[in-house]
Amino acid sequence: MKRGARASEWTALYALSIVSALALSSVIVEATGGNWWPVVEALVDGSVKAPGRWGETLGVAAPLLLVALGTVVSAKAGLINIGQEGQLLMGAAFAVYFSFRIGGPGPVNVALLLLFGALGGAVWASLAGLLRFWRGVPEVLSTLLLVFVAVQAVGYGLKQQWLLLADEASRGNRNLVSAQLPGDNRIPRPDIFGNEFPITVYVALGLALAVAYLLARTVWGFRLRMLGHNPRAAQRAGVSSTIFGATALAIGGAFAGLAGAAMFAGGGFAFGNYRLVPGFSDNIGWTGLLVALMARERALAAVVAAFVFAGLRTGSGFVNSTGVESRITDVVQGLLVLALLVPPAVVFLLDRRRARAAATERV
Amino acid sequence: MLIDFFAAVGDVLSSESTYINGALFAALLAFAATGEWVAERSGTLNISVEGMLLSGAFAGALGYHLAESIAVGLLFGAVGGMVIAAVQAEMSHRLTADQFVVGLTLNILIVGLTGFLDREIDPKASYASEVKIPILVDIPLFGEALFGEPWPFYLLYGLVPLSWWLVYRTRWGLELRAAGENPQSADVSGIDVNLRRRQCIYYAGFTSGLGGAYFLFARLATFDDSVISGQGFIAIAAVIFGGWTLWGTIGGCVLFAGALSFQLSLQGLGYELNTELLQTLPYLVTIGAMALFAKQVRPPAALARPFVRGLK
Repeated sequence: MKRGARASEWTALYALSIVSALALSSVIVEATGGNWWPVVEALVDGSVKAPGRWGETLGVAAPLLLVALGTVVSAKAGLINIGQEGQLLMGAAFAVYFSFRIGGPGPVNVALLLLFGALGGAVWASLAGLLRFWRGVPEVLSTLLLVFVAVQAVGYGLKQQWLLLADEASRGNRNLVSAQLPGDNRIPRPDIFGNEFPITVYVALGLALAVAYLLARTVWGFRLRMLGHNPRAAQRAGVSSTIFGATALAIGGAFAGLAGAAMFAGGGFAFGNYRLVPGFSDNIGWTGLLVALMARERALAAVVAAFVFAGLRTGSGFVNSTGVESRITDVVQGLLVLALLVPPAVVFLLDRRRARAAATERV
Repeated sequence: MLIDFFAAVGDVLSSESTYINGALFAALLAFAATGEWVAERSGTLNISVEGMLLSGAFAGALGYHLAESIAVGLLFGAVGGMVIAAVQAEMSHRLTADQFVVGLTLNILIVGLTGFLDREIDPKASYASEVKIPILVDIPLFGEALFGEPWPFYLLYGLVPLSWWLVYRTRWGLELRAAGENPQSADVSGIDVNLRRRQCIYYAGFTSGLGGAYFLFARLATFDDSVISGQGFIAIAAVIFGGWTLWGTIGGCVLFAGALSFQLSLQGLGYELNTELLQTLPYLVTIGAMALFAKQVRPPAALARPFVRGLK
């Protein structure tokens, strides 16, 4: 089969599945008595068109991308980490705890805060790694169950002044809230054409390139992928599933924790305004997981996917004014991911059928 | 402090409501875990069971909203679960999409979809009436919990033995176990492996959807997209805990539900303990039990391995 024909087959399949996902979403909206086009317009307005909105969107895209990158790394090793939500929260909690204890000049403290965030996420994910490689507990269960534990643990911390809770003077009449990050410890948010976003966006982009390079072009990345594709072959080739697997899980957690710390120190769209509050993670972990699934475990594709999902999220704030429940964007996200699973599977089946036909012809 | 704790445990264990709550939650887990067990025996680690429960609960509310009948609600619930099963089964075992990716996506999609539809439609449900089985209900402590429950609870008494019989005593059951243990051999002997696996996922969708609807009518009466939070995954843990035997699985459900009900009863009896710690108790017990027992059991040999003829 010619290369051009093959490319157009892929394009057609992808176009078809994206269109079907959007069509199905529109059917759901229309069936519940709403109108689809105003929803689309509100989404475009809220995510990029209205003044200052694309900056917001980038600010949301950065943590999503970070979470997704971690997910890509652990998925490449054949591990299914679905506890990003909890790892992110733990990262944020670590960042809060240490940022108020270390002090030091602003930029240094910001860097430390991000590092401790990554550490927090890595520790939380490593619990699952420990359970997986020492006790044989499937990581898909332990990572998820640890989300609920993380939520309660952070809730507990927010009640104790020696852990996360702000002192009485700075929390006013609010309960369950951490102290606010002082101005010189925040991540800078430069203004570009009326849009402002934290510079963690650039960090996230740089890390996306780094992850893509590490996975595709280094021995370490090769070993990791080998482990994911065929654990037995990897074992024979001297790749320790324990060491590489546990590392991959920890890296996945570290990225989620970094995302949590960046959300805490970067401000922006409803991320607690430089304070840790209950519900701080706000589904960024789950959405980041979806981003990784949509990108089909490719770091650079995750950049695009993260922006699309961030747009759906910032756009959803504008959807309510159309009279349609803003959670429709969650539906659109899920349907998009599901639809994008179809083309590769179809191509696989078509290829097999063609190969079989070619084989019968030869006989 | 320690004596207080033991007094509290004693009080909880001698209070009938602990067992009633425990049985309610155990039933939810058991509905899901029974289907999940069948699916896993056929070789699918079906993590969309969480979504099936949620979908079943919502569809149950919708059914009741439309027909004002609990029976119709339960039927809707079963269908709701099977809709999710259809997507999971067709995408992972007809097309060859990764079963985990499909399941994860479905789980997240269903939270959004039911949340959206719940706010748009706002279905009203209600409690199912309790049916007390005479004589048996008078057994101290356990009687009320096992024989004085809302009537959909009793479906479980049929469903669990039926599942056991299907898997161990029918040709279909033998074939699905073969598909889970050695799909290549099963394929050679003329069994359509992926068809069996799809059927088992549909069965899991049926029982889990029923379970979601049961939980709605027995415990909640109003739907909310947060009613199912991790119970599907605890059901999967119960299957593993039970070493892929049905009775072990049910035992796991009882244990994990016991932790949940212990937590609720302790609060209900007015004991002041650390609430966060109590809230995490069911999850900690699940993780702890898995850490102790996950290595002692042998999973079906082809669990979570997709079957493509000539490839894997």
